[in-house]
Amino acid sequence: MAALLEVRDLQVEFRTRDGIAKAVNGVTYSVDAGETLAVLGESGSGKSVTAQAVMGILDSPPGFVTGGEIVFQGKDLLKMGAEERRKTRGDKMAMIFQDALSSLNPVLSVGYQLGEMFRVHRGASKKDARAKAVELMERVRIPAAKARVDDYPHQFSGGMRQRIMIAMALALDPDLIIADEPTTALDVTVQAQVMDLLAELQRETNMGLILITHDLGVVADVADKIAVMYAGRIVEAASVHDIYRAPAHPYTRGLLDSIPRLDLKGQELYAIKGLPPNLLAIPPGCAFNPRCPRARSVCRTDRPPVYDVTDDAGRPLEPPRGSACHFWKEQLHDRPV
Amino acid sequence: MPEPILQVRDLVKHFPLTQGILFQKQVGAVRAVDGVSFDLYPGETLGIVGESGCGKSTVAKLLMRLETPTSGQILYKGEDISKLSGRALKAVRRNIQMVFQDPYTSLNPRMTVGDIIGEPFDIHPEVAPKGSRRAKVQELLDVVGLNPEYINRYPHQFSGGQRQRIGIARGLALRPEIIICDEPVSALDVSVQAQVVNLMERLQGEFGLSYVFIAHDLSVVRHISDRVGVMYLGRMAELGTDTEIYDHPTHPYTQALLSAVPVPDPEAREGRERILLQGDVPSPADPPSGCRFRTRCWKAVERCATETPVLAVPKRFAGTGEGAAHLSACHFAEEKDVVHTAA
Repeated sequence: MAALLEVRDLQVEFRTRDGIAKAVNGVTYSVDAGETLAVLGESGSGKSVTAQAVMGILDSPPGFVTGGEIVFQGKDLLKMGAEERRKTRGDKMAMIFQDALSSLNPVLSVGYQLGEMFRVHRGASKKDARAKAVELMERVRIPAAKARVDDYPHQFSGGMRQRIMIAMALALDPDLIIADEPTTALDVTVQAQVMDLLAELQRETNMGLILITHDLGVVADVADKIAVMYAGRIVEAASVHDIYRAPAHPYTRGLLDSIPRLDLKGQELYAIKGLPPNLLAIPPGCAFNPRCPRARSVCRTDRPPVYDVTDDAGRPLEPPRGSACHFWKEQLHDRPV
Repeated sequence: MPEPILQVRDLVKHFPLTQGILFQKQVGAVRAVDGVSFDLYPGETLGIVGESGCGKSTVAKLLMRLETPTSGQILYKGEDISKLSGRALKAVRRNIQMVFQDPYTSLNPRMTVGDIIGEPFDIHPEVAPKGSRRAKVQELLDVVGLNPEYINRYPHQFSGGQRQRIGIARGLALRPEIIICDEPVSALDVSVQAQVVNLMERLQGEFGLSYVFIAHDLSVVRHISDRVGVMYLGRMAELGTDTEIYDHPTHPYTQALLSAVPVPDPEAREGRERILLQGDVPSPADPPSGCRFRTRCWKAVERCATETPVLAVPKRFAGTGEGAAHLSACHFAEEKDVVHTAA
């Protein structure tokens, strides 16, 4: 079966006054219906830019997609005309943004904004659109939806606003939802509510979900598979269980080790030395080499391809795993440096 | 046990809500902090956790006396600083410094790093004579792990983690005894966060600092704190050592909070019991009567609405020496392990 969404070798650059920032350098991933892919990375790793390119909402200029394919339900989105793409977006794929307050229009009621989806895409009448808006608000469990449909965004709490964002994304029953840090601005107890709601709605509708986050805890809770990004590339892709058990890339290892752990209290935290690279001047070879404890001379000259991670007998793993490290085997078995 | 360096007693801060433009009249108050008490001992780290709006940042500002408390006492080495002003307040502030959350907005973009870190010396010139200041600033840069040659650079030339180091250097400049850290690592990426946490722990050992460490990230707080206080809607819900709070929480809010923290281990996904709280935090302008948490609590009965629970060691655990024998403001305090998975 073909995947719902397949991104192949995507390249995005930003042409700025200071030079060309290569934000995405060959990203490949796929999502099936009913599956949750977590894209994990620090700020500036290109995780949000990839999502914006998939949605077709990249600010252009300065951002340009310079290569690759984005195949959604068998069609390359990059080859579509603007009108066809606009219809796909919203109808078949939708996005949930991090900051609900700045993503909603403050001078229109939430009912109007939710109903807009039906009026624009479905040609519904004002009255029908309003009824649909109430229905949606009930679906994302906003209490007293009927009474609150005419309220404005500022009258809702952070968690409720994020629910409205989710309702808006769900409005037209999309096949794919991209959630960009949907709970980062929320408190933990509210985060748990929102993540639970997303998971439940996903089970109901069997949609594909791309979850963009930097929180290793959230990922472990909900994802099926993970793509770890660094400096615009996917450095490791694997199922969620495999990656937490034995990472095959030193960057993933470093990320997992830098989380404070209960049994290591009182000891110094592991810290990845140095800083993420400047996208205007990504180091040659492996972008992670200046910070990597396993770096050798080959890492400074040869950019590692994404190797298939295999078992000891050399057979490919099921589900497949990939690592963009010359020494993935050493890392996988955690051999000392 | 040594004498506490800072004692906070029944600290209250109400922000008035007013109506009218010309003739303002008070129509109510936001009860941001409503009766908080705790001690801080020399050389220890007290973590304060809670969700947004619980009043933890207001507590930080009150301790620094950036805000004047409505009532209550803040005793610094036995002296009440809550009503000080002018020269006396300035003298106390030398010993209590602050590190802010956002390293992007808490550094003046038009000042060089040298000016930023050296500014405390302008306010307290007795600490460093003019001639020696530059050398002192360079020493501070070195202490926080930045190149002393960066003294003439501007904040925008640094990354988030480096900026937070500059903020820490500024906090250290006057050699204070207490540093109040308001979400010092929340704005940083995971890999950089670990570097800054390590730095803060090293500095604490080196200079014998006491920290009040305010954060919403429970795992970072546990890592760095000796004792932890959990705040909810302007009150302290539970207070104890880190093991008491994390391994033996007795307040329902603490239990819910801990159970909601995502655990970075996919194997734990199934076995975990999650307590999902209903609804949102009520408005601090109109808090519930009695126990503040009762509107979201699964244990709430009538008594919780009429009788305010006090922060005390629950009677049934008092004197047992068990982990549950610590301060908890709940009528029905009972132990429940929510962090460790029931295998």
